[in-house]
Amino acid sequence: MTPPHIPVLDVRSLHTHIHTAGGPLHVLHGVSLTIDAGECLGVVGESGSGKSVLARTVLGVHGRTVRVENTGRVLLHGDDLLDIDPRQRRRRLGGGITMVHQDPMTSLNPVVRVVDQVTESLTNRTRMGRRERLRVATELLAAVDVPDPERRARAYPHELSGGLRQRVGIAAALAGDPALLLADEPTTALDVTVQRTVLDLMDRHRAARGLATLLITHDIGLLYGRAERIAVMYAGRIVETGPTEAVTGRPVHPYTVALLRSVPRVTGELRRVLPTIPGSPPDLALPIAGCPFAPRCERASAVCGTAPPPRVDVGEGHSAHCHHPVGRETTSTTASVVVPKPASAATGTVVEEAAP
Amino acid sequence: MTPVLEATGISVVHRTRSGPLHAVTDVSLSLEARRTLALVGESGSGKSSIAKAVLHLPPPTSGTVRLDGTDLAALSARELRGLRPRMQMVFQDPLSSLNPRRRVRDIVAEPLDAHPGTPPKGGRDARVDELLDAVGLPGDLFADRRPTQLSGGQAQRVAIARALAAEPRVLIADEAVSALDVSAQATVLNLLRGLTETLGLAGLFISHDLGVVRAVSDDVAVLYLGRLCEEGPTEDVLAAPTHPYTAALLAAVPEPGRALAADTRLVAADPPSPLAPPSGCGFRTRCPLATARCAAEQPATVRIAPDRRVACHHPLTGA
Repeated sequence: MTPPHIPVLDVRSLHTHIHTAGGPLHVLHGVSLTIDAGECLGVVGESGSGKSVLARTVLGVHGRTVRVENTGRVLLHGDDLLDIDPRQRRRRLGGGITMVHQDPMTSLNPVVRVVDQVTESLTNRTRMGRRERLRVATELLAAVDVPDPERRARAYPHELSGGLRQRVGIAAALAGDPALLLADEPTTALDVTVQRTVLDLMDRHRAARGLATLLITHDIGLLYGRAERIAVMYAGRIVETGPTEAVTGRPVHPYTVALLRSVPRVTGELRRVLPTIPGSPPDLALPIAGCPFAPRCERASAVCGTAPPPRVDVGEGHSAHCHHPVGRETTSTTASVVVPKPASAATGTVVEEAAP
Repeated sequence: MTPVLEATGISVVHRTRSGPLHAVTDVSLSLEARRTLALVGESGSGKSSIAKAVLHLPPPTSGTVRLDGTDLAALSARELRGLRPRMQMVFQDPLSSLNPRRRVRDIVAEPLDAHPGTPPKGGRDARVDELLDAVGLPGDLFADRRPTQLSGGQAQRVAIARALAAEPRVLIADEAVSALDVSAQATVLNLLRGLTETLGLAGLFISHDLGVVRAVSDDVAVLYLGRLCEEGPTEDVLAAPTHPYTAALLAAVPEPGRALAADTRLVAADPPSPLAPPSGCGFRTRCPLATARCAAEQPATVRIAPDRRVACHHPLTGA
């Protein structure tokens, strides 16, 4: 009955305008992406790139005081979520999409016991007795490796460590048996060893439940070996997308190249001066005629300032939007190691200043 | 080389309702001019407690801190205040550590106004421009802005300029780049590294990110539950960690192009509560190599190379 290939999430040329006191901001510019069941798509970008707005638009949870206008389509199992009124939307979403937030301290309610927060997405729709809630919560907490789950279920969030709190957040997200999990910087507030176990845990549930996952992060390293595909966002656009190995190993867009280069690493040659990306991201309130990265791009030419960059397809689902895509012969990320002189670091820093 | 700042056997004990919390236990470290020591550890490992104890904000429960040979505990409150400008700190969140209502010029000049002893050459404004210039922010563009008109990286550089205004000998950066984007992070790291060298500062860099630590520090000290587990030159420690905890931290770092290690090499995911630390070695509850001896006795710190120390009953050998 259903055609064989309907992705869990299908976002098509999504434009989002957020109306602020200072005028409308065009935050998302034609974002398109798909995620299949059991697949993890990593979205990487700096602050202001629109990655969180993307998650919030998919989930439809913009703040009540914010007026948001969307065009394009957000399809969950082929059903449009943008086109329906909130009540219908709520019914259709059900437990279909859930979200894991960045800071488990602020995303959990401090005065509600863990058991009631974990089962909230169930009790919203069905009546559950106290014993039943405790049983379900204990099961869910055990599934996310919370030690002593029955006791932890009765605890309040402040009685748990950061890692445990984030696992409670994941348990709550899994409660409604969702099809799509949105994780917005789920481990940024956690220590590396805890981060590792939390991400492993999410991977395990993704594989076991066929959960489609949108993993949003500013740390491109975190996606390696986890996300099947990566979408690199800049100024509200997906500038490069493709299989993780291809995007991190043979980046095509100069922004991806620069991003990968400036990550401090624990392996490889020691770099005393890290390559930086000059300038700062564009002001979203101002229109951009050409490529948004052009003012900061080392490969930019006149055409970059005037014409929107074309889509460059390099095969295997790997593509970028760029006038001057980086050829495979010049993508070595170690090519720009700079030998420092003591004084050069202080004076050599480039002023972060948005293009006028 | 005589250290600029030397902390010997410092311990910090907080009194809490649930009993004494040993935040830092018997930690010794020394900072030299033109070098940066990184303190690495998870939250609750005592990194920030050490920074505060070193600054005598408040003084450590026991142990001594010497700045250029002067024992800070022996000073009167007034004398200590006189030395304060020599030790400056840069905090994690640049936007909340800058007063949103003041202009960059006044923020940077704060130490000059607070310690009017030495009037800057050429006047206050000239000095502010010089300081902003040193952190790569031209005064004519930035001096009259307010913190909300700055990006995260710019705000952090203003915080650094403010710290430099006091002409410090010691610069302590507490997670100073963890709130920044990758590109801004690289700029601030380069800046900190350059400033320690050009101004002859002794740097103490607190971070949980080993990649960042590698880029900015000469030496590293790894902390776990308030105790030093491993110490040595950053490159040596990262190339061949000897403490199982350092190895686990290193294995957990995600990096593009680096395959994920098969497991985290840790037994339990979460660190124990510092209120009820395990007996013996604090790391034994998560350590894959732990034996009965680890539960019975606290490992002593031993010197395994001229400049490397480790506190472990079963140190790793080889790379």
